[in-house]
Amino acid sequence: MDIITIPAVNLTPILPEIFLSVLAMALLLINVFVPSGQKSYLGYISFFGVVAAAVLVGAGWGGHIESFNGSVVLDNFASFFKIIFLVSAGLAILISDQYMEREGCNQGELYPLILFTVVGMMLMAAGTDLMTIFLGLEVMSVSLYVLAGFNRANLKSNEAGLKYFLLGAFSTGFLLYGMALIYGATGTTRIAKIAAVVGQAGLPSGNIMLLAGMLLMLTGFAFKIAAAPFHMWTPDVYEGAPTPMTAFMSAGPKAAGFAAALRILLVAFPTMQADWSQLLWILAVLTMTVGNITALRQDNIKRMLAYSSIAHAGYALVGFAAGNATGTAGILFYMLSYAFMNIGAFAIIVLVAKKGETNGNVADFAGFGFKHPVLAVAMSVFLFSLAGMPPTAGFIGKFYLFSGAIQKGYIWLAVIGVLNSAASVYYYLRVMVYMYMKEPTEEFDWMQVTAPVALCVAISVLGSLVPGIVPSLLLQFAQQAARLI
Amino acid sequence: MENLNSYLIVSAILFSIGTIGVLTRKNAIVIFMCIELMLNAVNLTFIAFSRHLGNLDGQVFVFFVMTVAAAEAAVGLALMIAFFNNKESIDVEDVNIMKW
Repeated sequence: MDIITIPAVNLTPILPEIFLSVLAMALLLINVFVPSGQKSYLGYISFFGVVAAAVLVGAGWGGHIESFNGSVVLDNFASFFKIIFLVSAGLAILISDQYMEREGCNQGELYPLILFTVVGMMLMAAGTDLMTIFLGLEVMSVSLYVLAGFNRANLKSNEAGLKYFLLGAFSTGFLLYGMALIYGATGTTRIAKIAAVVGQAGLPSGNIMLLAGMLLMLTGFAFKIAAAPFHMWTPDVYEGAPTPMTAFMSAGPKAAGFAAALRILLVAFPTMQADWSQLLWILAVLTMTVGNITALRQDNIKRMLAYSSIAHAGYALVGFAAGNATGTAGILFYMLSYAFMNIGAFAIIVLVAKKGETNGNVADFAGFGFKHPVLAVAMSVFLFSLAGMPPTAGFIGKFYLFSGAIQKGYIWLAVIGVLNSAASVYYYLRVMVYMYMKEPTEEFDWMQVTAPVALCVAISVLGSLVPGIVPSLLLQFAQQAARLI
Repeated sequence: MENLNSYLIVSAILFSIGTIGVLTRKNAIVIFMCIELMLNAVNLTFIAFSRHLGNLDGQVFVFFVMTVAAAEAAVGLALMIAFFNNKESIDVEDVNIMKW
């Protein structure tokens, strides 16, 4: 048995995490003294906290520091993903206030929970030890279960929380069993050491225990990123959860699942790429197809975007299956642009919906383009970007994902991806047809647009247009991040 | 350790019982108990490996799994209470407003 030595602790790599955790705990305490009805202030504080954390992450760009005896690392890969999480959390916080006020559940705990979720996701992206990744995943998931069921008085929200909890915990079991088997096969939980053991000739890809462990772990991650056939919880949870939380869940945690899965598979199992690549190929095709085909027949717009988010996970899996630098950079690029365009679309849904989550069908957008031209243009930008049309970020993202697959020789995978993408245009444009070509069925009421929501929409429009027009702006960072892995 | 295999077999059986329980039972609390059974099966695997390999990583992992399981229990039971308040049932057959 090794002698336990206390390693030198360098706190720099987890500075943003520490900052956000302390802020979240302070907010929980402050919350007690803030009278109900003024909880918005907590939202403002946490938004600026998120911005400050993003600055901290940005300051660490370019470095490579390992800490806690190699279980946490600060590299560009982690930093890029941390920015994605902070963007999705910041945008979700901006739209939370108005929604929660309307639904009458603006409790202060919301904001600390969002921050804790971000901390968990950051640890997932920065973790280089199965233990750190597991802990990050659980910090994220446990907070998300509460956020999904946050509207306690609403039965749909209860149901979303309960379903997410039961299926999430179930998938954690598989993930952990996989980790246990990998630990058994390699004798360590540190990713770099696993890679060293796996790389040795003694462990060919025929090692059953290792292979089973990898499969089980992949199953766990597939649940988290909502890949078919493990996507069954997604539509229900996304439909039932409070809309801002749906927006957050579809962007942040999905990216976190990709971050951890990418790091584990690319760093620890590069020699077994032939095995997992095949598997991801099938997973990608299934996920894209199931997501898009089911989205075609949805009337509820939140549910439609839930299926669309499954399809988007499928596109990202195309890049993952390729497993090369282009594909990985594509995933990074795509996940960030997806956060902008998807949360932007959800912000518009928050505005259109009325108390009790009514007015949330595609048909309710009839005539929206004439009544609220500016918001309708913004929504069109988001929908175009989601559909992957130039000159939006969605197009460039898909372009890199698919070219990664082609470089790897997966021509058919790219073809299936493009076909799927074409099919998805139908349900995105259906919303636009309603907005611009249908008469409203009922008179539009006066619609409240608070400043934070307007800011969220504006940032999202910029985020889904600028990387599409000047891709190199974002792509160079994505490539730097992908190179280090 | 010679009998590593027997520990692994026991934990695999426990894990399977848990999985089957999750898939077949209707009561949300019983489902949650089955999930806990799965997690404990994993703990047993970790400890058996840890003893076999002679390093402590697995045992440390188990501490974290137990902590997380406790946190999950707190959150999960709270969600079930919230659901019960509105629906007077924790049967998963009743968790059915949203379909397709």
